[in-house]
Amino acid sequence: MSLGGHYNYWIAILLMMIGLYPVIAKPNLIKKILGLSLFQTGIFLFYISVGKVFGGTAPIYFEPAGRDPAMYTNSIPTALILTGIVVSVSTTAVALAIAVSIKRAYGTVEMYDIENADRDDQE
Amino acid sequence: MIRNNLPVLVIIIPLLAGLVTSFSRRLPGFAWAWVTAVTWVVFAIAVALLREVLGLPTGGHISYPMGSWTVPWGIEYRVDALNGFVLVIVAGIAAVVTSGARLSIEAEIPADRQHLFYSVWLLCITGLLGITVTGDAFNVYVLLEIASLATYTLVAMGKDRSRRALTASMNYVVLGTIGASFILIGIGYLYMVSGTLNMADIAEHLRVLQSAWQQGDMTYRRTVVTAFAFLMTGFAIKLALFPVHSWLPDAYTYAPSPVSALLAATATKVGAYITFRFLFTVLGASFSFNVMPAGVIILICGVAAVLAGSWIAMRQSNIKRMLAYSSVAQIGYIAIGLGLANPTGLQGSIVHLFNHAVTKGGLFLALAGVSFRRGGVTLRHVQGMGRRMPLTMAAFVAGGMGLIGVPLTSGFISKWYLLSGAIDKASYASAVALILGSLLAVGYVWRVVEVIYFRPPADPAEDVREAPASILIATWVLIGASLFFGVNATLTARLSAAAVRALGVLP
Repeated sequence: MSLGGHYNYWIAILLMMIGLYPVIAKPNLIKKILGLSLFQTGIFLFYISVGKVFGGTAPIYFEPAGRDPAMYTNSIPTALILTGIVVSVSTTAVALAIAVSIKRAYGTVEMYDIENADRDDQE
Repeated sequence: MIRNNLPVLVIIIPLLAGLVTSFSRRLPGFAWAWVTAVTWVVFAIAVALLREVLGLPTGGHISYPMGSWTVPWGIEYRVDALNGFVLVIVAGIAAVVTSGARLSIEAEIPADRQHLFYSVWLLCITGLLGITVTGDAFNVYVLLEIASLATYTLVAMGKDRSRRALTASMNYVVLGTIGASFILIGIGYLYMVSGTLNMADIAEHLRVLQSAWQQGDMTYRRTVVTAFAFLMTGFAIKLALFPVHSWLPDAYTYAPSPVSALLAATATKVGAYITFRFLFTVLGASFSFNVMPAGVIILICGVAAVLAGSWIAMRQSNIKRMLAYSSVAQIGYIAIGLGLANPTGLQGSIVHLFNHAVTKGGLFLALAGVSFRRGGVTLRHVQGMGRRMPLTMAAFVAGGMGLIGVPLTSGFISKWYLLSGAIDKASYASAVALILGSLLAVGYVWRVVEVIYFRPPADPAEDVREAPASILIATWVLIGASLFFGVNATLTARLSAAAVRALGVLP
């Protein structure tokens, strides 16, 4: 149970944080959407890691090899993440569609410019 | 055969019907009639389910194994007194709002996109009902995203009236996705320690672990604590609990009027329900409230929400935005009941889910009528309208009374429960917040009432008529329900008591 032994979790968390950074810090909507997508990918890696069994093989069941039934990777997290990827793609698609509409309506996808334009509307 | 499949029909029907709606471009008028019919059918199913659950012995539930896969390996749909009640609220509001929304939608959405609007509308309702009815943790995430994606789209469809609908929707996409992702991470941690996704089964595994912790064996304790933190943050965002409510005011303000009515009345209620479900059923009340400080955190957020939401609401000139901030405050009331976590407080929370849904739904529908006749919903647009649109304005005042919690409105009933709960628990800070919140509500409702009745119309020559009958009837059905259940609370009290028992907290 050393820290290094769980390196795949560290990578997953690192990826999530790299994704979260532009969502918080960057004013460009496309960068925010990219960040969200990366954040979700980090979660997928986390789920896949949960399903890993040390020494386990792909979950294709075959009896004759006399294989220990416990030595297959848990396929449920993989199946879940298949759904998760679909959700993530849909989110990205909806977000990009809104970004396109914003570009048409405001002529920009930079948060600061959009906020200025809204302020001008009110005055 | 249909009888046994009711728990799944409640989401399959609107899902498939929504698909059909998206092909109806060449049939103007079909989409509305079809969607209205579908929502009423769904409402009938929800009522049938609730009646069946209440007929069972105390603590009973209906379990539906999806595709006949044995529970807990397959996905289970599970209805008990709590989510049966929430199903009825969501389906009922959806049916009434849809029935009254036709003219408002025709006025606010371009003709070539209306069929798509109705399609997404049904998809949103499907998602909300799905979150409520499912007994599977991962299924919650998927349906949550279905509801959220539909909501982002519905909000963005307000863009033809104001382009700020787009930025509001974008904000909501970013925050909503982070919230949903946090929930996904939390569910992943729970799966790590339990190896199952069925909520009841997770709860069973956690109970074994928790009793081991009491013996000093701390296996997986840290993992469960992490799951708790992620889940609570995610749900708080979805529920728009102060201070992570920032997506809500813009989204409600710039969404098309019927969308605001639907969302304000249902989306946050479902968020509250799922928080209840995870805190009590999945994680277990003793873990959430004794081991973890969920009660204190939620109470602080709830008190802050009531005070800040009501205070900001008093300073708005756009009435829709005012109601949106009032929603932030009302979610605070629900949170206070949840944070108290005693039977009376919880019952207040659950009654308030219903009472606030009908009241706020009615208020937003009244504004849909104002928007239809006047083209906007700022104070200027309602100025002097007490004589010109008497029924709409009367509905607004009656709804406003409900927000304040005047006796003989349903708001009074829920606040009574919440206040008794706070005093039972000797939580005087929340009792003070409940009362202060009501006083502030008097402030923001009175501002509007004064403008409506005591000022002359901005343009006396202008000919303004009463809102169309269809919108008016829907408005009064909801406001009428709010008044009726304020006078006669027997039914809501019985339902909420049964719901509290379903949470495993004995009243």
